[in-house]
Amino acid sequence: MDCYTANWNPLGDSAFYRKYELYSMDWDLKEELRDCLVAAAPYGGPIALLRNPWRKEKAASVRPVLDIYSASGMPLASLLWKSGPVVSLGWSAEEELLCVQEDGAVLVYGLHGDFRRHFSMGNEVLQNRVLDARIFHTEFGSGVAILTGAHRFTLSANVGDLKLRRMPEVPGLQSAPSCWTALCQDRVAHVLLAVGPDLYLLDHAACSAVTPPGLAPGVSSFLQMAVSFTYRHLALFTDTGYIWMGTASLKEKLCEFNCNIRAPPKQMVWCSRPRSKERAVVVAWERRLMVVGDASESIQYKQLTIQVLLDRLVLRRLYPLAIQICEYLRLPEVQGVSRILAHWACYKVQQKDVSDEDVARAINQKLGDTPGVSYSDIAARAYGCGRTELAIKLLEYEPRSGEQVPLLLKMKRSKLALSKAIESGDTDLVFTVLLHLKNELNRGDFFMTLRNQPMALSLYRQFCKHQELETLKDLYNQDDNHQELGSFHIRASYAAEERIEGRVAALQTAADAFYKAKNEFAAKATEDQMRLLRLQRRLEDELGGQFLDLSLHDTVTTLILGGHNKRAEQLARDFRIPDKRLWWLKLTALADLEDWEELEKFSKSKKSPIGYLPFVEICMKQHNKYEAKKYASRVGPEQKVKALLLVGDVAQAADVAIEHRNEAELSLVLSHCTGATDGATADKIQRARAQAQKK
Amino acid sequence: MAFPHRPDAPELPDFSMLKRLARDQLIYLLEQLPGKKDLFIEADLMSPLDRIANVSILKQHEVDKLYKVENKPALSSSLVNADKLAGRTRKYKVIFSPQKFYACEMVLEEEGIYGDVSCDEWAFSLLPLDVDLLSMELPEFFRDYFLEGDQRWINTVAQALHLLSTLYGPFPNCYGIGRCAKMAYELWRNLEEEEDGETKGRRPEIGHIFLLDRDVDFVTALCSQVVYEGLVDDTFRIKCGKCHGPLLGTSHMAGLVFNEIRNEHFSNVFGFLSQKARNLQAQYDRRRGMDIKQMKNFVSQELKGLKQEHRLLSLHIGACESIMKKKTKQDFQELIKTEHALLEGFNIRESTSYIEEHIDRQVSPIESLRLMCLLSITENGDARCSLDTHYGPEHLLTFSNLRRAGLLTEQAPGDTLTAVESKVSKLVTDKAAGKITDAFSSLAKRSNFRAISKKLNLIPRVDGEYDLKVPRDMAYVFSGAYVPLSCRIIEQVLERRSWQGLDEVVRLLNCSDFAFTDMTKEDKASSESLRLILVVFLGGCTFSEISALRFLGREKGYRFIFLTTAVTNSARLMEAMSEVKA
Repeated sequence: MDCYTANWNPLGDSAFYRKYELYSMDWDLKEELRDCLVAAAPYGGPIALLRNPWRKEKAASVRPVLDIYSASGMPLASLLWKSGPVVSLGWSAEEELLCVQEDGAVLVYGLHGDFRRHFSMGNEVLQNRVLDARIFHTEFGSGVAILTGAHRFTLSANVGDLKLRRMPEVPGLQSAPSCWTALCQDRVAHVLLAVGPDLYLLDHAACSAVTPPGLAPGVSSFLQMAVSFTYRHLALFTDTGYIWMGTASLKEKLCEFNCNIRAPPKQMVWCSRPRSKERAVVVAWERRLMVVGDASESIQYKQLTIQVLLDRLVLRRLYPLAIQICEYLRLPEVQGVSRILAHWACYKVQQKDVSDEDVARAINQKLGDTPGVSYSDIAARAYGCGRTELAIKLLEYEPRSGEQVPLLLKMKRSKLALSKAIESGDTDLVFTVLLHLKNELNRGDFFMTLRNQPMALSLYRQFCKHQELETLKDLYNQDDNHQELGSFHIRASYAAEERIEGRVAALQTAADAFYKAKNEFAAKATEDQMRLLRLQRRLEDELGGQFLDLSLHDTVTTLILGGHNKRAEQLARDFRIPDKRLWWLKLTALADLEDWEELEKFSKSKKSPIGYLPFVEICMKQHNKYEAKKYASRVGPEQKVKALLLVGDVAQAADVAIEHRNEAELSLVLSHCTGATDGATADKIQRARAQAQKK
Repeated sequence: MAFPHRPDAPELPDFSMLKRLARDQLIYLLEQLPGKKDLFIEADLMSPLDRIANVSILKQHEVDKLYKVENKPALSSSLVNADKLAGRTRKYKVIFSPQKFYACEMVLEEEGIYGDVSCDEWAFSLLPLDVDLLSMELPEFFRDYFLEGDQRWINTVAQALHLLSTLYGPFPNCYGIGRCAKMAYELWRNLEEEEDGETKGRRPEIGHIFLLDRDVDFVTALCSQVVYEGLVDDTFRIKCGKCHGPLLGTSHMAGLVFNEIRNEHFSNVFGFLSQKARNLQAQYDRRRGMDIKQMKNFVSQELKGLKQEHRLLSLHIGACESIMKKKTKQDFQELIKTEHALLEGFNIRESTSYIEEHIDRQVSPIESLRLMCLLSITENGDARCSLDTHYGPEHLLTFSNLRRAGLLTEQAPGDTLTAVESKVSKLVTDKAAGKITDAFSSLAKRSNFRAISKKLNLIPRVDGEYDLKVPRDMAYVFSGAYVPLSCRIIEQVLERRSWQGLDEVVRLLNCSDFAFTDMTKEDKASSESLRLILVVFLGGCTFSEISALRFLGREKGYRFIFLTTAVTNSARLMEAMSEVKA
């Protein structure tokens, strides 16, 4: 019978531990690990080894070699290191390998040893060389902290968005600190360092001395320090063999322990679960491992979300496995299978030995029109690898034409981008492309392009109307659009020009354009307007008052109101105001003046082309029944009844209506028989009606 | 009065949800700037905003002061720059509604304040003005699209349709006529396809959607309105469901009384109102014989309602009187007579001289323009009244605008264009070039009103008097003289559930049409929802058209829902085309 507790050993009073092998490493290491720079990524990620990092010989056989293994020691990549000497290695949160060189250059490699990019940690670092470097993780991403030969620190809290910070000087620091670490607190990266018996905390503004609470006396140097993964806890190992454990804020001590080993440990790390009360530090020497705290725990995968897990599989190019997981977990297509397939396609486009046609076809066959797959993203990747033709082929599969536009612009296929933008119906997108084209093409070509795209042309015209009037003119010129050019100058004549000469000149240009457009009507009207403007100017000079900008009608009216009847007549003749219109105009103006005498003279000047009913109406409007009656008698028979009713002569209206034997007129008069005295009239009408019916 | 719906008429969907959505989004945006803040609102947005979130809601979210803004970009920049000069630091947010355009950012950048402000969008594109009327409150749509060829708002329409189908299920049957309708429809389909799955399983609530471009039917919009709500709009202008008249003050066009008369021909309204007044008096009079207990009951239960009704009644009687003063005059009757003659196509000489007199008298340029357009469209561009400098040079531009939009048609230059057009259409088949021909054809748009009118029987044959109290057909909205063309097209297509047999009409209209039925969706739709029809007017609709379709709905057991870029009328159309001196 098995004894389940047989391999459990007591640890302190209340805890037990056991040892067993999780798995064995697949690798076949030729060197001792101690001769290599080693970096293991968090969450069971890959392991990087740099062999012979310190050799400076040029001979190929002894050049450093960079090996990348999976967490179980499966080789992923191996490459000869041809760059400068490396001080430190570390993995970013995105599983990119950061190699910090002595000259402050940081080279970034992918999981499969593919070079991604490089950046520099600045001039100061370059001059003083890198003494030591740490890669650390923050909530923004992964950071790099550098200790230079001048004993100064430079750091960047996020290599994805590189901002270099040179930390302040530590007073009296002549040699390298005995140990140091990067810390991240309140979203700010700090450096904690030990110099002899003192601890200093550096932030980008200041250097302050700090003391851990409850630190045992007698410490003359700190040999090792460790922060937990979450930066919440700190452990310090002193030259007295004493371990202090507390919060990283140095506000609280958790526990202390004296291990009586004074030799500096090779490694010290925190082992704890987030939010767990059980915290432990593992200290390692050459041949000894010590666990301080309650228990050691493995890091949980729970911290990794499914999405991150899938990302990691994709990064390892384990596409089929990732897809199987998605299907097993029944993830929605957009989050699951489509995303994996899109990643696969992005990998596929990098296979340079396969022809553009084959790659495009292979991708389309597998992806089809799976929802959530963005062909434009894949095309962008193809373009990034220098395969423009492939990118264009892939874009053809993109159903949303708007999505194709940004990449087409980037690839300088602006005209194609323009038609795609128009197809998308998104005017903003069209506008973006237009501004692009405007900068890219010379003016003539740009206008020619617009000419074939009415929608874009309208949009650009709208823009020009508000922002670039001169360009608008050029556009019309280019198209020989004389009609619109004419309108343009008309608008300019009252909107842009102040001086009368300028305005007349603008109108002249407009008239010329209208003639070219064979729009005689508009040309004549424009010429009239020029004459009118000049005349108004003269009137202002001679008569004073305000004439400019009045319409012809208002000009004549103003003249009559001012008593300049002769002038008004002249103007009407000059501009051939139709007779009827002039009569209406004069009638209204004179009635407004209540110049009844002049009105009567006017009415007798010749036979009224508008009849005399309007005279009656306008007098009544001015409440002058006396004058109204004068004209009522002159109203023609057709409107006589109306006129008589207007002046209130119901009885006579009835007589006329009866005389006319007009039923409509009779009922009209009848509807006006409302006064007490109209009874007789009403009877008269009824009688007439009855008589008419008899006949 | 106020004919009841058939008992089997479908219920309308609840559109108050749209208001809640818009309000929540606005509050969210306001909360993005915590603490006290001042709110500057563009004048055009004031009334719509008021219907979504009143002052007390704004105050709740710490809006301190409210300002009305007449001139947009200039203000925000002068405000920010003034603060900068004064050394004052504040946070600024510009909220664009219904959407932010690329050009907006450009302006901010040019004004030098791009970095000082944060921008947001308030995607508030559908304002329920009534239980069956949604307005996008985009009066600029008409000029921007039909005159300037600017298509920016089409996407906004597509997004609004997408929102409706997300909220109320897919539309199994889609019909449309006009180039803009087609584009809006296609963009909207793209949106639906991109987000496929969201509406897939939903049961359709609205069975049909009909999209119609305003330029398919200018005639109806150009006519003087004689149904009550239309007439009030023509006379006092209803803005956002509120009326701003000198007599009416600012009053909501809602309430029991209004619902009973809004769709009525004006000639019936006064009689109805006086009957109503008599009833009201009788109810007040009941007090006389009451004992204390009854009186108490009366005061606590009925009086408030009666008083409310009393208030509304006197409001509408006031409006009526004011309208009567203007409209029952000889002038108005002659005007209507002329319009009818134009619609029917007789006595053209007389109508022309009437219009000439109208111009001679220089009463109202806008009104003269309207009549000229009506004459020109109904007579297929034959009319050429003497138009000249008498209105001032800017009107020369207005004429050219009217011509470009197809509101004024001319024969001479049209013919040359038609030749070009036929040449181009022979040469090209692909998409882009198709648009060129479209552009040409819109330039050369010829009105075939007379022929269309005959084909669709728009002028009802009337023996004897048309009884406006008991309307027979949709023509009642124009005193029985004319069935609105837009409404007739909708009626015909719905009857056939396709454009079949209307080929000749479509050809005469010179517009592209489309129809699409999704059987899988239709199978899911209930018979009620199949009698619910969403009509989308691109470029605006008039109250007369709304009344006419409401009538048609009652006759056939349908319910119509109206979605319009804005409520419009003849004066608004003319003003949109006018060039005004700044």
